[in-house]
Amino acid sequence: MAAIELRNIVKVFSDKRRGRDLLTLDNINLDIEANDFVCLLGPSGCGKSTLLNIIAGFEQATSGRTLVGGKQVERPGSDRGVVFQQPTLMPWLTAIDNIAFHLKLKGVGKAERHHRAMEFIDLVGLSGFEHHHPSEMSGGMNQRVGIARALLMNPSVILMDEPFAALDAQTKLEMQEELVAIWQKRRCTIVFVTHSVDEALVLGNKIVVMTKRPGRIREAVNFDLPRPRDITSPEFNDAKRHILALIREESTRLAQAS
Amino acid sequence: MTSVIDAAPVKPAFRLTRAFQGLERVVVPALLIAGWEAFARSGMLPPALLPAPSAVLHALGDWVFGLDETTQTYSGHWLRDALASALRVFGGFALASLFGILAGVAIGWSRLFEKTLEPTLQMLRPIPPVSWIPLAIIWFGIADKPAIFLVFLGAFFPVLMNSIHGVKTVDHNLVRAGAMMGASQRQMLTDIVLPAALPSIFAGLRIAVGSAWMLTVTAEMVAVKSGLGYVLWDSYYFLRYDIVLAAMISIGLLGYLSDLGLKAIMARTLRWQQTTTVQGRAG
Repeated sequence: MAAIELRNIVKVFSDKRRGRDLLTLDNINLDIEANDFVCLLGPSGCGKSTLLNIIAGFEQATSGRTLVGGKQVERPGSDRGVVFQQPTLMPWLTAIDNIAFHLKLKGVGKAERHHRAMEFIDLVGLSGFEHHHPSEMSGGMNQRVGIARALLMNPSVILMDEPFAALDAQTKLEMQEELVAIWQKRRCTIVFVTHSVDEALVLGNKIVVMTKRPGRIREAVNFDLPRPRDITSPEFNDAKRHILALIREESTRLAQAS
Repeated sequence: MTSVIDAAPVKPAFRLTRAFQGLERVVVPALLIAGWEAFARSGMLPPALLPAPSAVLHALGDWVFGLDETTQTYSGHWLRDALASALRVFGGFALASLFGILAGVAIGWSRLFEKTLEPTLQMLRPIPPVSWIPLAIIWFGIADKPAIFLVFLGAFFPVLMNSIHGVKTVDHNLVRAGAMMGASQRQMLTDIVLPAALPSIFAGLRIAVGSAWMLTVTAEMVAVKSGLGYVLWDSYYFLRYDIVLAAMISIGLLGYLSDLGLKAIMARTLRWQQTTTVQGRAG
């Protein structure tokens, strides 16, 4: 049984201003195995974030079935950790309290919460900043808190919606490396939404290329280049060429259609 | 040698700014009072119509400490009068805060409450609290209750409006993050929506405490026989404008102090906000 099973997912948004329906996701079928690092790659507006929100339970598919760990997804839950595009931390809580927020909701005492959160503070490299508020930390540090917060729940899958998009190039590179290290250490299933071909190839061992409006899966590419990945190696470039060709083909099709 | 020449002219200028820094708050009031005193002593108006600041201070001093009974029956009774007003302010404000926040959060969070409760409240809102005075007197008599009722009316709506606004403008991604971490509906309100709405709620409370003082004094002029507002109105009948002004100053001072207290509580509660806002900047 796959960790995540998507069956015939269709999502239609009603565009009230134009008075018609917009087909956003058109019959998505996808199996994601446990411990996979899957990147959903596509241009903005292709519905990749919508697909992630459906898995997270934030949005309902118009039709189709979403199963996580064999169970139908009906609402958000702590079995699926989400890392948002913006860190989305509680601004009134310190880093450690943000990370341990799930435990607070479960009624765990303060000493125990902080004890358990410290492990994740160390894991994401924020030692010394545990009592800082989000406003006192950089965007990259806040996103680390967001990742630690998701990891602490020990979820079966982690869903990430372009979490590094707002970071500068250097921080982004650092965070990508750390994320891969965390994934290797903790063995979890990650679904990572991105519009960057390079990012998808650095991170994923499966890259799902999506088409634009309506969102469909163009191709799911398996990519098992050993890590750490050399982004200048011929294998990396071969894969990149292949994916870019898929995307270009797609834009030609759209240009002809219109 | 050059350093001596460079440093020399800097020092006195620096001292001057330092000396001025402690005084910057009192410059405007000092000038105003000096001008008023000069105008009052010039004889352009009879002293009874515009008492000089010194006369007002004299009246205030006697009212507070009972010096020479220039304020007659009020002499030495300031604390009693101020306390009577402050208790009405506190009572009405506390009730208004409690119900304003409860109703505001309910309306902001739930469509059901928004549809059932909000139209009625918004229709009551434009009615000036003062216009309730006749009914307040019939219902509650002449004592603390009508005053507290009026204070409640005046303080409730600012708290309500700001609480609704605070809840409605909570980032929906924070709510999603809460749901992702397994928050129940109740936890969503107490642990996410309420703290996120607090800056806005506090803004409402600060407006409300000002309204509370205004309405206490209004109520005391009409419906109560004690407190600063009563002293003010009573002195007006006896043409004691020095006491009228002393009462006005007392009200202003107490209102200012209540706001200062509220601001201190707000600064403690919203410490997390300070590094990102204009309020938190240095100097």
